[in-house]
Amino acid sequence: MFYREALNLAIDEMMEIDESVVILGEDVGFYGGNYKVTEGLYAKYGEKRVIDTPIAENSIVGIAIGMALGGLRPIAEIMTANFAMLAMDQIVNNMAKLRYMSGGKIVLPMVVRMPQGVVKQLASQHSQSLESLFAGIPGLRVFTASDCITAYHGLKTAIKLDDPVVFLEHTLLYFEKFDLPKDSFYNPFKARVLKEGKDLTIFSYLKMVHDVLKVVDKIESTLNVSVEVIDVGPLNPLDLETLTNSVKKTKRFVIVEENPKHGGFGAQIVSSILEECFYNLDAPPLRIAGEDVPIPYNRKLELLSIPTPEKIYLKIVEWGKQNGL
Amino acid sequence: MEQSLAEKFYYFMKLGRVFELRAKEEYMKGNIGGFLHLAIGEEAVHVGATIAFDKGDIFVHYRDHVYALAKGIDPKYLMAELFGKKTGISKGKGGSMHFYEPSLNFYGGNAIVGAHIPHSVGMAYARKFKGENTGVLVAFGDGATNAGNFYESLNLASLWKLPVLFLCENNYYAIGTRIDRASAITDIYLKAKPYMLSKQIDGMDIFEVYKAVKEAKEYIQEESKPYFIEAITYRYEPHSMSDTGNYRSVRELEIAKSKDPIEKLKKSGLLSENYINYIDNLVEKEIEEAVEFAKNSPEPEEIELYTDVFCEVCKNVLP
Repeated sequence: MFYREALNLAIDEMMEIDESVVILGEDVGFYGGNYKVTEGLYAKYGEKRVIDTPIAENSIVGIAIGMALGGLRPIAEIMTANFAMLAMDQIVNNMAKLRYMSGGKIVLPMVVRMPQGVVKQLASQHSQSLESLFAGIPGLRVFTASDCITAYHGLKTAIKLDDPVVFLEHTLLYFEKFDLPKDSFYNPFKARVLKEGKDLTIFSYLKMVHDVLKVVDKIESTLNVSVEVIDVGPLNPLDLETLTNSVKKTKRFVIVEENPKHGGFGAQIVSSILEECFYNLDAPPLRIAGEDVPIPYNRKLELLSIPTPEKIYLKIVEWGKQNGL
Repeated sequence: MEQSLAEKFYYFMKLGRVFELRAKEEYMKGNIGGFLHLAIGEEAVHVGATIAFDKGDIFVHYRDHVYALAKGIDPKYLMAELFGKKTGISKGKGGSMHFYEPSLNFYGGNAIVGAHIPHSVGMAYARKFKGENTGVLVAFGDGATNAGNFYESLNLASLWKLPVLFLCENNYYAIGTRIDRASAITDIYLKAKPYMLSKQIDGMDIFEVYKAVKEAKEYIQEESKPYFIEAITYRYEPHSMSDTGNYRSVRELEIAKSKDPIEKLKKSGLLSENYINYIDNLVEKEIEEAVEFAKNSPEPEEIELYTDVFCEVCKNVLP
């Protein structure tokens, strides 16, 4: 199943069972969604529940907040995280804080979905990773969807939750195919151990999970080690328990993240883990991250700006050799 | 009818004024912190509109005390909120700019200029969706009408035919900048004209405010369309307690105060001297009790720091 289909299925099933679930955003209705995530929903549920909006992101989120206050469960689609910058006041100052500022009187069951990440030659205003902006705001739950399991089950949970959720997707995953075992137990509040190992742990999320999985066998055979791979999943609240349990076992860890290294979310992961298990470590942590530059248009430069499977492999092997693996 | 309305208006305007004068005093004593934006002088708009809008949903800005009182929230809980106490309307976590009482259809209290305008549009969408047509009122200052939130909301309320009453309080100043130095159009109602029915009224006359809002409410309910009112008003106090207010002349303030809505109502002949005295005493007593309540209320417990961030029963939604 395509990743975009898993998202579509999650929305469809929730709209089917709960009349109060609505989706709004640019091109989500008649047009069918820019990445086809909402394809078919307009025909099925009508314009009252699948709502086309103008190109006005601030209002998309602001109106979703009002809808949630009025008893609906809105899913606001922001075409890409880049445009969510126009809605940051609504996301940060309102969506995240109304519950707290009202002493719990205001409840906002709403989701703001958006894809992010470095795409292909879209240049820096359409290509970037902004998770650390959202994950640093108390009051917002931040989920990431790396595959069909996290997309389908994660989005369904996000819609059902009474908390405001920023749901991050990756643009390049929409047309990727993954399995969707519907009966598999999946807890969206937890990180997922995708592969068990005992000598080092690699943490990543969104598309980087797949870039890591592409080279993990090669890393294992080159270094002659066993690698644990973990999809971090929710970025706020972070599932620190699963992360630290793994590090206590493997004693070494690597973060692979697409966002720029300076201020990147991996810095938070390193910090949180070090506070918990500094003395369990046999090696300094390694961060493989994007370069601290806006994303260039030129394809060669663009690939230099972010981790690639080859870079992940080379950097981990080099680091492993320096650190006794 | 007119007399009983006048009595109601007098009570709430007086309650609002005494509440705010006392809040100012308590602020000077250090019992209230942070920002405190007083609406003294603007009571006719706040009270007249709230009472005329009756049970509909109301969204207001950071100058929210008088609206909250007129909506029927006990002054005790509002004063306790200003004091940051556990018994405050928002458990002491919101303060002056963040009064909320969803059970009375009161949704704040928003401290970002204009941010609540799209919320009102979303609320109107939800109400219409559910077949409820009490309507939504959103109040904001003239300063908010120069920002994107305002135009985005007018556009959608008009396009989607939503029952929203946009109420602009034009008090001529966006913090300390006079309207003609920040806005190309100073008759604010003209900004809304291309989108919806729009009018300008005297916001110092509570009967005019009440009548205009009541008519607008009937219109938005019956037609399911938005409506715009610009109420010309004035605040006697500076923007907030940290503002010296030296951008206005003494003469200008004198002119404004000569139109005081409470004095105007007193002179209308609709209220007996006995009633006025009775209310003046009652309100003084109520506010005194509110301050005592606030003073004697406990601080929030330390655990409250961590509550109301996320829903505490979210484990229930595991698939």
